[in-house]
Amino acid sequence: MARSGTRGRGGIWTHVILLVAVFVVAAPLLFALIKATQAGAQVSGPSLLPGLHFLENARAAWNGAGLGRYMLNSGVVAVCVTVGKTTLSLLAALAFVYFRFPLKGLAFALVLFTLMLPTELLIVALFDVVSGTLHWADSYAAIIVPFLASATGTLLFRQHFMNIPASLSDAARIDGAGPLTFLSRVLVPMSWNTIGALAVIQFVSAWDQYLWPLVVMQSDDKQVVQVGLSKLIDVESQSSWGAVMAGAILAIIPPILVFTALQEQFSKGFSLGQDK
Amino acid sequence: MSLIRTTDVTPTTPAARAEAAAEEHATFRGRALPWLFLLPTFIVIAVFVYYPAARTLRLSVFRSNIIVGNEQFVGLGNFLELLSSPVYHQVILQTLVFVVLVVAFGLLFALGLAYLASRPIAGARFYRLMLIYPYALSPAIAGTLWLFLFNPEIGAVNTLLDALIGIKPRWLDTPFLAFFLVVVAAIWKGLGYNVVFYLAAFQNIPGEITEAAEIDGANGWQSFWRVVFPLLSPMTFFLVFTNIVSALFDSFGLVNILTRGGPVYGQTGITTFLVYQLYEDGFRNFKTGAAAAQAVLMLLLVVCIIVLQFRYGNRRVHYGA
Repeated sequence: MARSGTRGRGGIWTHVILLVAVFVVAAPLLFALIKATQAGAQVSGPSLLPGLHFLENARAAWNGAGLGRYMLNSGVVAVCVTVGKTTLSLLAALAFVYFRFPLKGLAFALVLFTLMLPTELLIVALFDVVSGTLHWADSYAAIIVPFLASATGTLLFRQHFMNIPASLSDAARIDGAGPLTFLSRVLVPMSWNTIGALAVIQFVSAWDQYLWPLVVMQSDDKQVVQVGLSKLIDVESQSSWGAVMAGAILAIIPPILVFTALQEQFSKGFSLGQDK
Repeated sequence: MSLIRTTDVTPTTPAARAEAAAEEHATFRGRALPWLFLLPTFIVIAVFVYYPAARTLRLSVFRSNIIVGNEQFVGLGNFLELLSSPVYHQVILQTLVFVVLVVAFGLLFALGLAYLASRPIAGARFYRLMLIYPYALSPAIAGTLWLFLFNPEIGAVNTLLDALIGIKPRWLDTPFLAFFLVVVAAIWKGLGYNVVFYLAAFQNIPGEITEAAEIDGANGWQSFWRVVFPLLSPMTFFLVFTNIVSALFDSFGLVNILTRGGPVYGQTGITTFLVYQLYEDGFRNFKTGAAAAQAVLMLLLVVCIIVLQFRYGNRRVHYGA
């Protein structure tokens, strides 16, 4: 890209502004990182020198406060939700793009309309349905199954499939391939960027669940990490901020790993889908 | 497909274009098969979205208590009670102020920073990554970090303020400071998401356009506001909507950990927003009917926002061309 004109002018200010912004954005996490490495007395003091007690603090959170269990639960939930959502949205998008059937518009509108009904809005009745009617309170099913359908996923896959030349599906059909074969052999391999982008969004949002597990999960050993971490603050409000910060650091590692691993797909997946 | 071509050459509406594209792709036959593929999605949304939505409507006209199990039909009583309650008025007002501040400043910062980081400068990759990463943090963790950062005795902010000018504000007990803090934390939390999408939008703007503007004598500022910004309007409208929704709903984790809705100011806590009030009434005070009525009112709010988004969003898109 030949934008030589902009390179010289204001170059220093660009760097200054960006460095300040990067520092401000990173500051809360840097502070947490430093405090997570300090020993008990130091944590509550003004010192900003990194210490050598990270493992100690992490162990206190991991074993002492049960963070290990919470992280395992969140991991299981996030992986199940991500895989389930991706599969269901691929199937739904396949139906919407490659088939002609009556009431298609209505069916699509029904999926789209769910975007306007986030869990938070329905939470009272959802609690009623999940714990009263289905007797799922306090089970993994309660925090996995309700989130398996994805309007965002269906929408993005639909848009992505429509950008794929229609001749491909014709060719597949002439070759005798059924829709599922076409999906797994042709569409999926052509959709890795979109799948990766969605996986990031879905994993992060499943890992970040807070209100619903707070309401529906009673047993401590089934709770997710977001709620578990906040319990850590409640119980030991003053003494172990070092452990809380170590716990917070540990709890953001999985989404950061997923994000970093799929960062390329994440950016590409969205620039592709964004033609409107 | 370039942004400009889709907006100015194609004469038909987006819906009609989509329709045509869908027709062209519909190659497979079978009546039951598409429904079979849709079945899992439909079972999930029927049981966990539409049925609860219908139940919410029903619950909203009863004065009921899911714990005790009694209910009494009150018609629009719950709504009238809410709409005449000074507490609820305050909650609505402060939610609106919160949403407007978070969306306006959140998008402004993200736009500016994404613009700077999208320019071909040394270290651009580093800047982009560092600006994007808060996306991977949850509102609950953001709340935890900020709670410690602004702890009046041992938080870094007060340590610094104390050393510099000798003050130690009690951030979370002072109404306006607490409100300010939650706003800033929400902006900080949303920055990564907004920067990701603005960066993607900047990458989609062909270099020739800005070059042409510069050849025509536009300076950096003019080429940004007159050329680049209008081209970004579809993305901005998308982000305005997603940001409103996340400010309305995702703020729960942040508020619950950082302030628990408080401190009290006027009729109720100054950081008690609509979703927090709904949770309090539904699961703390067990006023199920009142909580359901609040859900219905919030739904109306979301529908209004979406209608506005569609009416004005699509019109603005053509500005760029």
